[in-house]
Amino acid sequence: MRVKITIQRFNPDKDVKSHPEDYFIEAGRETTVLLALLKIKSEIDGTLTFRSSCRAAICGSCLIQINGIQKLACQTSVFEELDHHGKLVIGPMANMPVIKDMVIKMDPFWDKIKKVRPYVVSQKGSEAVPSEGLKTIQKDLHNADACIMCGACLSACNSFEASPQFLGPAALAKAYRFQVDPRDESRAQRLDDLQGDDGIWDCVRCVYCVQVCPKDVAPMEQIIRLRRKSIESGLGNSIGARHITQFVSIVGENGHLNESRLPLMMLLGNISKLIQMIPLSVKMFFRGKAPMPFGDPQPGHKDVRSIFKGKNK
Amino acid sequence: MKVAYYPGCAAKGATPELHQSTMKVVERIGLEVEELTAFNCCGAGVIGEADPDLAYTLNARTLAIAEGLHLDIMTVCGTCQGVLGGANHDLQSDNALRERINRRLKSTTGHSYNGTVTVKHLQWILVKDFGLDALKPFITHPLTDVSIAAFYGCYILRPDTSSQFDDWENPTSLEKLIKTIGAFPVEYDGRTKCCGFPVFLEKEDISVGLVEKRIGEAKACGSDAMVTPCPLCHMGLDFNQAKAEKLHQKREAGAQHKLQMPILHLPQLLGLAMGFSPEELGMKRHLVSTTPLIQKID
Repeated sequence: MRVKITIQRFNPDKDVKSHPEDYFIEAGRETTVLLALLKIKSEIDGTLTFRSSCRAAICGSCLIQINGIQKLACQTSVFEELDHHGKLVIGPMANMPVIKDMVIKMDPFWDKIKKVRPYVVSQKGSEAVPSEGLKTIQKDLHNADACIMCGACLSACNSFEASPQFLGPAALAKAYRFQVDPRDESRAQRLDDLQGDDGIWDCVRCVYCVQVCPKDVAPMEQIIRLRRKSIESGLGNSIGARHITQFVSIVGENGHLNESRLPLMMLLGNISKLIQMIPLSVKMFFRGKAPMPFGDPQPGHKDVRSIFKGKNK
Repeated sequence: MKVAYYPGCAAKGATPELHQSTMKVVERIGLEVEELTAFNCCGAGVIGEADPDLAYTLNARTLAIAEGLHLDIMTVCGTCQGVLGGANHDLQSDNALRERINRRLKSTTGHSYNGTVTVKHLQWILVKDFGLDALKPFITHPLTDVSIAAFYGCYILRPDTSSQFDDWENPTSLEKLIKTIGAFPVEYDGRTKCCGFPVFLEKEDISVGLVEKRIGEAKACGSDAMVTPCPLCHMGLDFNQAKAEKLHQKREAGAQHKLQMPILHLPQLLGLAMGFSPEELGMKRHLVSTTPLIQKID
């Protein structure tokens, strides 16, 4: 069947910005987007530029944007996309500098991976391997070691979109992978390194990384595990950590969240931030949007308190 | 049709206009609701970060109460929908999890959840159950000549395992509702993305930066207002807009258009098209004025 594919083209030698071009090819049920790109390159326009290698969703090099979503071209069906979206629009990964057509600069991705030291830090050499071997850590990894470095998660990451310094999902999933490796001797330091600006507390939990990862690494889930581990390890003083501990404490007491009390408790001790909140708080108060910070508990709060305390009825 | 109405913390706290406008709309169309007055917080994904089983148990309690009433749950918050709906999905599909959580729930509260409840946002109830054709006769004041940008937010769409009623890659519910009230749905990339509210206090740069991007894009596409099914998105986009405005003017030096984007809760938009006054829908409570939109409608 003859299908139309719209490709976002960009040639730095002659284009100021990218532009869409339409191509028409014969495609069948078995045609992947990568096969379509190869066909266009060999039969219609040899200048079309993209990365690919294994054609089997292993190397991660053909990650592009297909109908607005980060996908591996080699495992995406042309017909399924047309059935799903009624169109097939292709472009380079979002939020990354474009070199030419589908080829983007992966430097931001690799720089972040390097920052989390993606290797075991140990002075012991082979002695660091536990006597029972490494099989026992498999369940703790939660698939964080399945990453193929395609860049889908970083390109889709909403925090990265607003803050290019954010370490991002792939690097943080990698950080988690070494956080649970019993051979590693720098785990406390690793966790400490992730507490500051651009670390685990910058994730907006938009779930995009979980959704687009072709290998089910679920980076956001690994970031959440790092957050939990931080609080359990006594690293609970950042605003992000206090967001969690104070939220739990308020709901545990009242059964519901009090939106006036949460920021107060999160920012306790942070006078300058508290002062910055005053104009907004005043506006909210006069519009009836600021519940009393120490208001009445929710009906049913006794049930909730029992759940929190594990107290038997 | 009758449902158990789970208002969630925001509709009873910082966005009371959401509860107010919801009640107006459901009463007008005859959708019978029984409010879960003894509801507990869904945890908003935050309690789950600290202790997943605790979050499951809290949500199992809500589900068990609705099950006792033989009613499905209606949410009006995208975050509640994602979290409560997600917990429901897991409790229904994983028997071992449900048994473990039920042991904790039963011993502490006496409740037990059998997995028979469906959790649906008002948005989906209107589109899928009530039906757009049934809704049309109530649209007495169609919003013609008005362009509305749908803003879905995150948790009503992702993860897609807990969002079975919309296609996360290309959702259509809100656009269908916008068309039904006679307005024009604006197409823009940011409609399924994050508003930045979860890091409102932690990281203002990200929070304000995302608000500026989302609203700036919707504005550039000619939107008169944005509509969201999530009160947390409403708060992010409304509360942060003054700061986003400053960023916008800085980024787009000499920008001709100010953001000035009214952010409506879904039932407020529907309520306007049903002839309710802005006061009746609590629109005076917004930080960003809705007056330009109201003037355009009038």
